Amino acid sequence: MSDQKQHIKLPEGSIEKTTTTLNLGPTHPATHGVFQNILEIDGERIVSAVSTVGYIHRAFEKIAERRPYYQITPLTDRLNYCSAPINNMGWIMTVEKLLGLEIPKRVDYLRVIIMELARIADHLICNAVMGVDTGALTGFVYLMTYRELIYEIYEEICGSRLTTNIGRIGGFERNFTPAAFAKIEKFLAEYPAVLKEFETLLTRNRIFMERTQGVGGISAEKALSYGFTGPNLRAAGVDYDVRVANPYSSYQDFDFSVPVGTTGDCYDRYLVRNAEMWESISIIRQAMEKLKSLPDDVYHADVPAYYLPDKKDVYTKMEALIYHFKIVMGESDILPGEVYNAVEGANGELGFYLISDGGRSPYRLHFRRPCFIYYQAYAEMVKGAMLSDAIVCMSSLNLIAGELDA
Amino acid sequence: MSLTNERIQQRLTEKFGDVLTGFEEPFGLLTFTAQKDHNLKIMQFLFDDEELRFRFLTDITAVHYPERKNEELAVVYHLHNLVDNVRLRLKVFAPVAAPQVFTATSLYESANWMERETYDFFGIDFVGHPNLIRILNVDEMTYFPMRKEFPLEDAMRIDKDDEMFGRGGNI
Repeated sequence: MSDQKQHIKLPEGSIEKTTTTLNLGPTHPATHGVFQNILEIDGERIVSAVSTVGYIHRAFEKIAERRPYYQITPLTDRLNYCSAPINNMGWIMTVEKLLGLEIPKRVDYLRVIIMELARIADHLICNAVMGVDTGALTGFVYLMTYRELIYEIYEEICGSRLTTNIGRIGGFERNFTPAAFAKIEKFLAEYPAVLKEFETLLTRNRIFMERTQGVGGISAEKALSYGFTGPNLRAAGVDYDVRVANPYSSYQDFDFSVPVGTTGDCYDRYLVRNAEMWESISIIRQAMEKLKSLPDDVYHADVPAYYLPDKKDVYTKMEALIYHFKIVMGESDILPGEVYNAVEGANGELGFYLISDGGRSPYRLHFRRPCFIYYQAYAEMVKGAMLSDAIVCMSSLNLIAGELDA
Repeated sequence: MSLTNERIQQRLTEKFGDVLTGFEEPFGLLTFTAQKDHNLKIMQFLFDDEELRFRFLTDITAVHYPERKNEELAVVYHLHNLVDNVRLRLKVFAPVAAPQVFTATSLYESANWMERETYDFFGIDFVGHPNLIRILNVDEMTYFPMRKEFPLEDAMRIDKDDEMFGRGGNI
């Protein structure tokens, strides 16, 4: 071994005097998804890293060019599958923007509730998994109970749990049931205490702080240059949030703050996500309050040409049958146009660039996936770090393979 | 919010004149087309200028228009001025026979993978890119799958036995 030629420049004070190539992934249990990183390590110190992506590429952009608009919603589920409703809403709002539809306030608020629940589900998984990767399994198991409750809320509303396909162009497929509201109330009543306990478990935990502080840090300039958005950018100290910068779905009616960090390291990302969960809880509370003053039977806009009618009406009413046929066969007029619409996904700015030529399907649809864009900074962030830091850094970035590879 | 679309258009026209064409504002987003060889110069100007400050690259992608002769491929940049919160869209058309466009990696680190993705699916050759290789597709692929000459399978085809998938067949 010792006479083997050393090609990679060793850092100062190298102990091993040679580097080893380590394939971290694509199926390593600590990577939480299909990620491959080819690491050159000197002892336990990472000298260089090369990220390989594309293991679960499914060509959604190509498939979308053949599907009618309402059938693209299930494709967006599979981008960031930890917070599928945000993707669904983002896509639906893109189409609504193209069509210029006027959406009732109540639908906006219901959407806000669903999107903030999804954000909590996403952030709690990310933070709980960070705990697991630093050796604290308890918080993970504890918080999972409440992700389960959020999934039950989805189930009450749309019937499915992980890949939700929630909502339709124009609103929701059905009204929120009293059981759904009861479960949201239950969540609001119980989750704050749990989150508080989770914070006491990790936030001032000496082991957790040692493992995350100063690890995987990135400066605000670098983060902007690398196209970071969402909690990862805010942890670096830039207060850019799409909900504030370009409000959609009546976010301007809500009172919330945008938490920011300072150093952009793993610990700051953890703190920012936790603080955002508190803000989300407050937003849901405000939305529930606002719903009380609105008529409780409005759950979609009055746009029969685009909103898929209720199945019962399709079988009994002539107009509903005609519209149902026209929408399904792609005969309702979608205006030609070009639109970019962004929502604040759990990982950052989730953008939809849609070009319509007036046909049944989009001429071109491009997803701006925040994960894909900020993952390229990973190699630089872990350079010079320990191997175990690379794992924590990866989980703190909240990389979701589905979003990465589209 | 002092920076308006009119002001950006005025500044750009002063500086570049005829290089920029097709100014429009679909859904309030300033959109314009630049001549192929000038994309980097324009982005550099948008980046450096103290008034415009478009220093955040939101997205790079491409669109294929097979019927437009000599400008079949459009590269689309979305830029964002985070200080004034203004976005703009820059388009560059290139012929499919010679799809050379200058890279933006010198301005934005994030352009690296976005350009690799655009190359991977449309075959845009980003001149000056440090590592222009495929990213999501397999390395052995010899074509650019998002171009329109590769249609998806016809949903109505009948020559395929779908019995195993529960769609038709002789059940």
